Amino acid sequence: MKITYDWLKDHLKINAKEDKLLEKLTDIGLEVESIENLSEGLDLFKIAKIVKTEKHPNADRLKVCDVDVGNKKIIRVVCGAVNAREGLYTVYAPPGAIIPKNKTKLVVAKIRDVTSYGMLCSEFELNLSDESDGIIELSSSKYAKSIGKSYFSKSRSNIIDLSITPNRPDCLGVRGIARDLSAAGFGNLKPEKDKKIKSNKKQNLKVKITKEKDQGCLSFGSCLITKVKNTESPQWLKDKLISIGQKPISAIVDVTNYVMIDINRPLHAYDADKIEKGIIVRNSKSGEEFTALDNKNYKLDDGMCVISDNKGVLGLGGIIGGTRSGTELDTKNVLLESAYFDPRSIRKTAKKLNIDTDAKFRFERGIDQLSIEDGLNKAAYLIKEICGGEISKIDIQKNGSYKKKVIKFDPKTFEKITGFKISIKEMIIILDKLGFKLKKEKEFFKLSIPSWRPDIIQEIDVVEELVRISGYEKIKIENPIKERSKNTLNPTQKLFHFLQRAVASKGYKEAITWSFTDAKYNDHFKENNKEIKIVNPISSELGVLRNSIFSNLVMYLSKNLDRGIKDLSIFEIGPIFYGSQPGDQNTVICGLSAGKKSRLSWIEKERNVDVFDIKRDVIQTLVEAGYDAEKFYLDDVSPNYYHPGKSGRIFLNKEKDKVAVYFGEIHPNILKTLDIKSESLVGFEIFLDNLKLPKKPLKDLKTKYSVSEFQKSERDFAFIVDKKISVQDLVSIISNIEKNLISNVKVFDVYEGDNIPENQKSIAINVTIQSLEKTLTDNDLEKINNLIIETVENKTGAKIRS
Amino acid sequence: MSDLKNIRDQFISKLKNDLSIEQINEIKTELFGKNGLISSKFKIIGSIPENDRKKFASDLNQVKDELQILLTSKLKKIERDKINEKLEKEKVDITLPERPFVRGKVHPVSQTIDEISSIFSEIGFSVEEGPDVENEYNNFTALNTPDNHPARDMHDTFYLDENKKVLLRTHTSPVQIRTMLKDKPPFKIIAPGRTYRSDSDQTHAPMFHQVEGLHIDKNINMGHLKGCLNYFIKEFFEVEKIKMRFRPSHFPFTEPSAEVDIGYEIKNDKIIIGEGNQWLEILGCGMVHPNVLRNVKVDPSKYQGYAFGIGIDRLAMLKYGINDLRAFFDCDYRWLNHFGFDPLDVPSNYRGLSR
Repeated sequence: MKITYDWLKDHLKINAKEDKLLEKLTDIGLEVESIENLSEGLDLFKIAKIVKTEKHPNADRLKVCDVDVGNKKIIRVVCGAVNAREGLYTVYAPPGAIIPKNKTKLVVAKIRDVTSYGMLCSEFELNLSDESDGIIELSSSKYAKSIGKSYFSKSRSNIIDLSITPNRPDCLGVRGIARDLSAAGFGNLKPEKDKKIKSNKKQNLKVKITKEKDQGCLSFGSCLITKVKNTESPQWLKDKLISIGQKPISAIVDVTNYVMIDINRPLHAYDADKIEKGIIVRNSKSGEEFTALDNKNYKLDDGMCVISDNKGVLGLGGIIGGTRSGTELDTKNVLLESAYFDPRSIRKTAKKLNIDTDAKFRFERGIDQLSIEDGLNKAAYLIKEICGGEISKIDIQKNGSYKKKVIKFDPKTFEKITGFKISIKEMIIILDKLGFKLKKEKEFFKLSIPSWRPDIIQEIDVVEELVRISGYEKIKIENPIKERSKNTLNPTQKLFHFLQRAVASKGYKEAITWSFTDAKYNDHFKENNKEIKIVNPISSELGVLRNSIFSNLVMYLSKNLDRGIKDLSIFEIGPIFYGSQPGDQNTVICGLSAGKKSRLSWIEKERNVDVFDIKRDVIQTLVEAGYDAEKFYLDDVSPNYYHPGKSGRIFLNKEKDKVAVYFGEIHPNILKTLDIKSESLVGFEIFLDNLKLPKKPLKDLKTKYSVSEFQKSERDFAFIVDKKISVQDLVSIISNIEKNLISNVKVFDVYEGDNIPENQKSIAINVTIQSLEKTLTDNDLEKINNLIIETVENKTGAKIRS
Repeated sequence: MSDLKNIRDQFISKLKNDLSIEQINEIKTELFGKNGLISSKFKIIGSIPENDRKKFASDLNQVKDELQILLTSKLKKIERDKINEKLEKEKVDITLPERPFVRGKVHPVSQTIDEISSIFSEIGFSVEEGPDVENEYNNFTALNTPDNHPARDMHDTFYLDENKKVLLRTHTSPVQIRTMLKDKPPFKIIAPGRTYRSDSDQTHAPMFHQVEGLHIDKNINMGHLKGCLNYFIKEFFEVEKIKMRFRPSHFPFTEPSAEVDIGYEIKNDKIIIGEGNQWLEILGCGMVHPNVLRNVKVDPSKYQGYAFGIGIDRLAMLKYGINDLRAFFDCDYRWLNHFGFDPLDVPSNYRGLSR
């Protein structure tokens, strides 16, 4: 909402400086978004007279003009306007002036070898109208003595742009803003002085609101002004509109716009002669069409509120008028419409047709239902004043009546909500100035809500008014009490935060990427999940919710490779989606590691990162988080985006759990398709929702502390086993032989090749044997030794290597 | 006796020379071997007259100890010299690089969330969460923003279905609804998380982070709201004084509503929070609208309280001098390394939020 201080003063008696106004506006919730100084530099634009024109020597369409700019100075200007002629009074802009339309700064310029000092201006260039054919023509009688003077008579006041919240339609009118300011003690609201229409003439154009379901028009007021002469607006009206950045068009249109901005009362003016036998306000039928004032043709659905006549649709009520019945300069008879449309109906229609107009913006927020006559009075008299003519009586058709809203307000509620007190007297003053009618009933107020405040419905809304106007700075700071009755994080959240930092501590940089992704990338990682499309994505590259974090991580990893970063580890912790309903999501930590370890190291041999690097990171993370590695179970089943031979999954517990982790090399085909140039790429996914929380908190497990003080022995074994036997199985078999004695099992060599039969491998294992109860004798050791060999051979078909 | 003294003097002077281990061992044998000079003296103790015997034995032991200590220390010195000589040869250039290491980093948004949680933890808030995909009811309707409410235009919403029933949450406020539907008052929660709006330019990202706050109890008023936010902002920016301004505003789900500005100034191209006379909007808040409480079956005549929503990314930018919002989600390794935090830097009350 754009206003000027000057316009406000039409409604407000005030002398304060503008900066005080700006402060006050923001303090009462009418936030000042920006200030625009339109008059800056405008004094440079001078009234001038062309004294001589010559054809440009090098261009047919250009003229070289000698221009009298006052003070006996004649200046040479190259001009392309057809109407540039000797004796014409016009507006001259010197070098240095900034053209309001396009904000360019004029300089002395050579135009086809002739130097031009400045420019003669059109109305278009000065933002005065759309007239761009030719330069401004000023009447010689009026301006003859003004050569050299500023064209813009007085410096205009600043445009103040307010961000009006959607609950305050009343402040979409200057008077509403003035009322708020006066309530806050900033000036006094001037009484309205509009005359009421007194006429004997009937409004003889019949208006009818049809009775039907979902009729969007509740009230339609109109007034006929006959025998007018539409014309350019007088200067004061033009200035008013220009002062807030609007363009004057013609007196009739300008008056309706002026009234709309002044008191937030949208009006529409019809050329009455173009209306066929009266107006019918009704619901549209599917397929009806009309051409609106924005020169677009609209095809309507069923049930949109239209203003129509016998021939068809004239306009969309409260949204936009049509070209067929619009006023023009030759309009003789005007029908002024001042109606009330249901906000919901307006919004529905405008949304469907995708139309945004000033009227729509106001109606969908709610117009003062009782302003119908005020608007007609104000506008009709102005039109009569400017265009002459005769005003008819006001005709108002209604479909239902306005119900006055009354609410009971307990003044104690104010302190209960705000924490501070204001006196009853103060409350009464504020409410009165805001337009509430107030009746005291015991300790309560009975408040009649002003018709321009659709936002005030219940007590709390009244509290809001009172605290807003008395000032938020009066709210006292109540310092918080440092007290906690509940844990800040629940166990799942604790786990989330722990894992996040645990993974980062393994050398991974945490990334945060969009929850949506490119379907092209997502395809590679979605497996059997269904694609979840966003109906209105920002771009097709961000068109689906991610089924896996890999799609984004792989893409960004690739970008980093392109930056020349070869060795990198990144991870993200966040949601992945498997459905489009709330809750169809899992929390995952997804990591990627690319490139080499120890690249260009003088001391260590460089090598590609591999699946065992990433396995270490994952296992260590889980162990640090409190999970028992001895219970982990791995197999080689993994999604198809992993290398089928170098990937697997981890269960926290063999028997029952869901998959805790997938890890492995990313499938080389994906690297190829996505053109990822890395020596190696390994990744993992930890599924947080599948990690069962330990039954007992870690603190309770600390109590179980036992170590053996007895001597331990280590024995090495080498078994030749079938290739299919996994090391995990072998270790598990050995560990389970004598749980009390076998304290550690370590694989220190795996060998295939020479001396080992085909399809077999040699696994070398170191077993630590220690008792909690006694020092083991040679005999004990020998027994366990034999038991290990025997059990392994029996269970796996292995042979001990001699 | 003079014999013993002679032996002593003779060997002490002998041991003053530079000797090899072999030579020292030879001397050792010469003195303490089976028939060594000292060993043989011990054998004759018995033959010494009774009167002199005691003194002889004592002198003999003294000489023996003296020579033995000398021999041992001589040996030790040689060994030490030998080791030193060996170590001298082993000398490396310790300015050579250490074995390679990589530093992991935590994203500034995650760090900021931890900082925020830590601050609110002190004053009794606990953390709640909600899904990223929300239904239209929780995101709008229950929050007193019915269909056809113009305030819906303020949120550019991503929809997952044509009927606009399922969407990506445009704010963290639906967590209020979920929390209040699930439990009974009082409520004192924060809810950090991802939020989405179909808006993308230099200062807007289609995804960003918010933290929701909600405190509902019997007598929670706007003074508590002001106090809570004043405390939070002071703690978060780790400054002694903060200039804070409450400005009336409008959100459908709070009434009265406010926007909160903090004072700042620009010094040497750096933004300094808490000083100066420029205002910067950092959050929206207000008293939870009675309609919202009714929607979640909380009696507004018994319970009342406040809610707020803060942009986390923006807070992080202000605190850590990050200029470009888009960079948060661009995953540039160099950026992550520069603006990321060490995993051991867990914000806490006693160590402080930041180093």
